[in-house]
Amino acid sequence: MSRRIAIEINGRAVEGEVEPRLLLADFIRDNAGLTGTHLGCEHGVCGACTVQLDGHPVRSCLMFAVQAHGRRIATVEGMAPSDSSLSTLQQAFHECHALQCGFCTPGILMTMEAFLREEPDPTPERIRSALAGNLCRCTGYQNIITAVRLAADRLNC
Amino acid sequence: MRTTADRIDPVAINGIGTSPLRKEDWPLVRGEGTFIADFKRPGMVHAFVVRSPMAHARFASIDRTATLAAPGVVDVITANELPDRGHPIPTRQFADEGSNRFLQRPLADGVVRYSGEPVAVVIADSRYRAEDAAELLDIDYERLDVVLDPDDAVAADAPLLRPEAGTNVAGHLLVEMGALDEAFAKADLVIEETFHIQRHAAVPLETRGLLAEYDAETDSLTVWGAAKIPHVNRTILARLLGWSDESRVRMVELHVGGGFGARGEFYPEDFLIPFAAIRTGRPVAWVEDREENLRATNHSREQVHRVEMALKKDGTFLALKDSFINNTGAYVRTHGMTVPGLSVSMLPGPYKWPAYRGEFRSVVTNKTPGGTYRSPGRFEINFVRERLIDIAAHSLGIDPIDIRRRNLIGKASFPHDVGTLYDGHPVIYDSGDYELLLDKALAAFDYEGLKRWRREPAAEGMRRGLGVGFFVEKAGPAEREYARVELNDDGDVMVYTGSASVGQGVETILAQVCVSHLGLPYERVRVIHGDTAVIPEGMGAFGSRATMLGGAAVMRASEQVRKRVFGLAAEELEAAPADLVLTPEGVSVIGAPARSVSLKTLLSASGGLIMEEHRFVCDLLGFPYGIHFAAVEVDPASGAIHIHRYAVAYDIGRCVNPVLVAGQISGGFAQGIGGALLEEFSFDANGQPLSASFMDYLLPTSEEVPDVELLLTEDAPSPLNPLGVKGAGEGGTAAVGAAIANAVSDALGSEVTRLPLSPQRVVELARA
Repeated sequence: MSRRIAIEINGRAVEGEVEPRLLLADFIRDNAGLTGTHLGCEHGVCGACTVQLDGHPVRSCLMFAVQAHGRRIATVEGMAPSDSSLSTLQQAFHECHALQCGFCTPGILMTMEAFLREEPDPTPERIRSALAGNLCRCTGYQNIITAVRLAADRLNC
Repeated sequence: MRTTADRIDPVAINGIGTSPLRKEDWPLVRGEGTFIADFKRPGMVHAFVVRSPMAHARFASIDRTATLAAPGVVDVITANELPDRGHPIPTRQFADEGSNRFLQRPLADGVVRYSGEPVAVVIADSRYRAEDAAELLDIDYERLDVVLDPDDAVAADAPLLRPEAGTNVAGHLLVEMGALDEAFAKADLVIEETFHIQRHAAVPLETRGLLAEYDAETDSLTVWGAAKIPHVNRTILARLLGWSDESRVRMVELHVGGGFGARGEFYPEDFLIPFAAIRTGRPVAWVEDREENLRATNHSREQVHRVEMALKKDGTFLALKDSFINNTGAYVRTHGMTVPGLSVSMLPGPYKWPAYRGEFRSVVTNKTPGGTYRSPGRFEINFVRERLIDIAAHSLGIDPIDIRRRNLIGKASFPHDVGTLYDGHPVIYDSGDYELLLDKALAAFDYEGLKRWRREPAAEGMRRGLGVGFFVEKAGPAEREYARVELNDDGDVMVYTGSASVGQGVETILAQVCVSHLGLPYERVRVIHGDTAVIPEGMGAFGSRATMLGGAAVMRASEQVRKRVFGLAAEELEAAPADLVLTPEGVSVIGAPARSVSLKTLLSASGGLIMEEHRFVCDLLGFPYGIHFAAVEVDPASGAIHIHRYAVAYDIGRCVNPVLVAGQISGGFAQGIGGALLEEFSFDANGQPLSASFMDYLLPTSEEVPDVELLLTEDAPSPLNPLGVKGAGEGGTAAVGAAIANAVSDALGSEVTRLPLSPQRVVELARA
């Protein structure tokens, strides 16, 4: 029943022999060992498991690993430019206290990074709307919106 | 006594009152955190908890044969496999003999009492295969009548969850003070009302999980995934395992994805997973999925209050009387009695009541067991009391602010003994100036401007309303906390705390407290928490206590380290300790930097390290207080509520980190919005949960949570701890239901008596 698949994750080819029912999220976490992608609901509502598939945010709990065969995936682990630095968006989250427990943060970063590529100069209202597909139970969202706006300012200058 | 700490400049070193960037963030934003599901051990296997599909049923036996034979299965555990068929899990607060008849055992044994109750554990080489095999488990359920509603539970003909107890009432408490009948007899006005608060819950975004590993050689157990109260749970687990030496159990906290009261309490799985690890000899991992989380992890808040309030016609409060039923669900869990106990002891709030009578019955029903959720018992009673006051104000034609001001406890009355008890301790408001906060808040939030906005014409069909909700929160105990501070000769500091992290930023806060009293920069401090192998004792993180008790312990231990270093240096430099300054390099004389001695030299006699411990003890609670303001526009046709402005004024005694406190308020407020408008566990007539996914149980998103304005004051430091802090974790949640319901009532001219304010309910209210 298993199938051989190969997925490019953060620029690295990850191969595996997987059952068709294996979730993409589980492949990323267990086969690729990238546990920064979190599972918060496994039914596509909370957004914690969001990764980028060929540059677009998708919920890795709503895809099977076999569906991502031959595609390109980016996860939170690929965001920072180096071991000793953060991406502009990550740094803005740190500075604006845009996270508390940090469980939802990777999914929000992946969603917002793609959003800022599509919409580099969003209003706070647009950020609020783009964020509505990701649940955060700790922050009340307002510092996240501030952080995304700060990142936009820095990326645009 | 303040000693040399007076010389420390907190701003220069990111001490108390500043907002350094959090110590916790770096791994979390990089995806390098280690939450329980990220943690793996060699040879580990996976547990799946088989749960009852019925709310109330009998079963004669469980046939494990097919499951045991399924691919990958390592073991199947039912009540048959447990020693003595499993011991009941004890309560840990508000001990009550009567409630002990309703405790939960790790696995159902012949009767299930809620949908989601654990009946077996299947252990296999993967979670996928464990779930496959669980489907083969053969259990013949015979359906029993259910009781769901708290009022139905006390009816004479109610189905009984424990026929041997002869009642569904698990706990009862009566609090009386003052001459109640007299007060009602001389009242100009008596308001009588019934209020319902819906069942909802903490729902942290990370579900619960554990990994347990048994070491046969040392006959000891390690449990990862501990949270909130690792040391307390170690004691409970050791007792349930029949181990007299609890040091054979090591509990380890990893990153924790939110707690809010629910995570970290001792649940059936907290016994079952370690037990499975001992039984199988393999590391056993278990992670709850969301559907399990919504059926199995503590629910909270479901209460029905019948209240009466007596007033004079000038608005003076004479008496308050409340009889309420608390629906604790199918079993009394660790905090089963805590929530109603807090409600009954804190209903009086910030007001003078010549007489008060509060009484509750806490009942068992065929729903998920209950426990604490952020501002437990208080979100509920703040809604009840503040709504009742507004109804009275409407009847008397008095402004809602004026009627409250007239009855606030005066500054001169502190400490103010409310006359009630919290888990055996008297409820004594430690400090406060309620009227000062009111005045400051009215000015800061431009309340006059809000009143003008309220009178201006709204868009067609929309109605505007203002609402306030006053609250007194509680913070602090259980009674003690441990800290150890170590300074090494490189100038690095380790702080060990008995407090825990649930994601709130405790490492940052305790590091700030440490540096303020030690005098070294924030960057040099590391905070270690949540490992019973390296921290000898601890009470954990709950009830907004980590800063209050944990902080006070760290403060004292830091002062002791500083004193010792300066004692050594004073001798070496022949200078008075008060003339010395500490840096990571060493100690020097102020104004004469050449007169210095290195830490290497100073600490050489003590092995390169100075270590001091402190156990801070305090058995009284601190009582921060505040006011919520809501300005709303309501659409009576659709039932939509638009929040125009929301503001919180909060006095927390002393603020260690303003940015983190603001984060607590906005996050707590978002949860309050969930409780006021969205979140509700519904059940069908058979007790089947109808809210077991995030499509049905609605957490607030960024579109439902507006920005909250905050006025943070430090006018009433707590006299109970040397920092003066009171805890800031819960005030953002405490009065959201109250303020929003008051604003919606004002907008519609119709009295809200039930939460949540779902669109359907708002439309009904608008038609009433």
